Amino acid sequence: MRQRYGSLILDTTIRLLVPFYLIYGVYALVHGHYSPGGGFQAGVVLGASIIMVNMVQGDSVTWGVSKQTAVLVASIGTFIYAGIGIAAMIWGGNYLDYGVLPFRGIEPEVRALGTLGIETGVTLGVAGTFIVIFNLLIGREE
Amino acid sequence: MKKVTIAVLFLLSFLFVFASLDLAPTSDLNSPPSTHVSPRYIEMGYKETGALNMVTAVLADYRGYDTLGETTVIFTAGLACLLIIESRRKPKR
Amino acid sequence: MLTTATGYVNYWLISILMLVGFYGIIATENLLKKLMALNVISVAIIIFYLNLGQKAGSNVPVLFGEELGTVAAYANPLPHTLMLTAIVVGVATTGVGLALLYRIYNRYGTLEETDVLKEMRSDS
Repeated sequence: MRQRYGSLILDTTIRLLVPFYLIYGVYALVHGHYSPGGGFQAGVVLGASIIMVNMVQGDSVTWGVSKQTAVLVASIGTFIYAGIGIAAMIWGGNYLDYGVLPFRGIEPEVRALGTLGIETGVTLGVAGTFIVIFNLLIGREE
Repeated sequence: MKKVTIAVLFLLSFLFVFASLDLAPTSDLNSPPSTHVSPRYIEMGYKETGALNMVTAVLADYRGYDTLGETTVIFTAGLACLLIIESRRKPKR
Repeated sequence: MLTTATGYVNYWLISILMLVGFYGIIATENLLKKLMALNVISVAIIIFYLNLGQKAGSNVPVLFGEELGTVAAYANPLPHTLMLTAIVVGVATTGVGLALLYRIYNRYGTLEETDVLKEMRSDS
């Protein structure tokens, strides 16, 4: 369990592909209103790309997210979601009623911006949770 | 043991086939799931939420409270995983 | 008769998948295999829900451009939404199950159900 799993070919391929995976994850998040995509999918793609680097490079990994950071990211994501709901209450609406948030524009656009906010929260929560579960299950000491 | 299991599951398969005959056929336009709430989501989704993707509209706006619960479940699962593996047993007194 | 069968054959295949999962839970001894069988049942239920959302001749539930066609031109978005979250929650809860199995293996040194039960009885 302590040695690296990959070969030279796998290592080079991962180095080439991971930036595109990360960009694709962010694209799936911000373009989720107009095409298939959204918070859960973006979170899975972002988490899986970091897990992939960890799997291939083993203990000699120099780039990644530790368990503590991943738990912090996941809790921040869940907090963003609940916080947007409470912010809607502060501006006079119901819980999670994004139409009253103080953005410029007509109501459907304001609701779309609120939706983007909670999708960001979902993305951070899912990505952080996946990374922490993987890091725990492979039993790496830090 | 395994023969009993197979026999019970064989009987259960007849129950499943019998129950499936009460469901709407696949790709029926007038099935109950397609006539109850989903026309509202399809017709009014863009006007009410500003999201062209109806799945996002339903996920994050119409059923946002539901998704908050799901996110909390995922976060709690990660936290439970951390506590189960990282916890050390108490020394015996 | 044949048209009836084509409307229902998906349900029958899904029920076969679900029974495979049941058989895995009941008949295998290894706890890890039982967890994987639970995942098979989860997949069967996900496919069942997605099957309920299909309409003949419909497209994906995304508007391309702002004009709306008829309601029948789009698949039902509700099962897609519910199963999208169910897949991710399923992965997370499988992680919790694997963590529990990790602790069981550390404590008893085996994942076979009868051996674990024997060890538990001899402990108490």
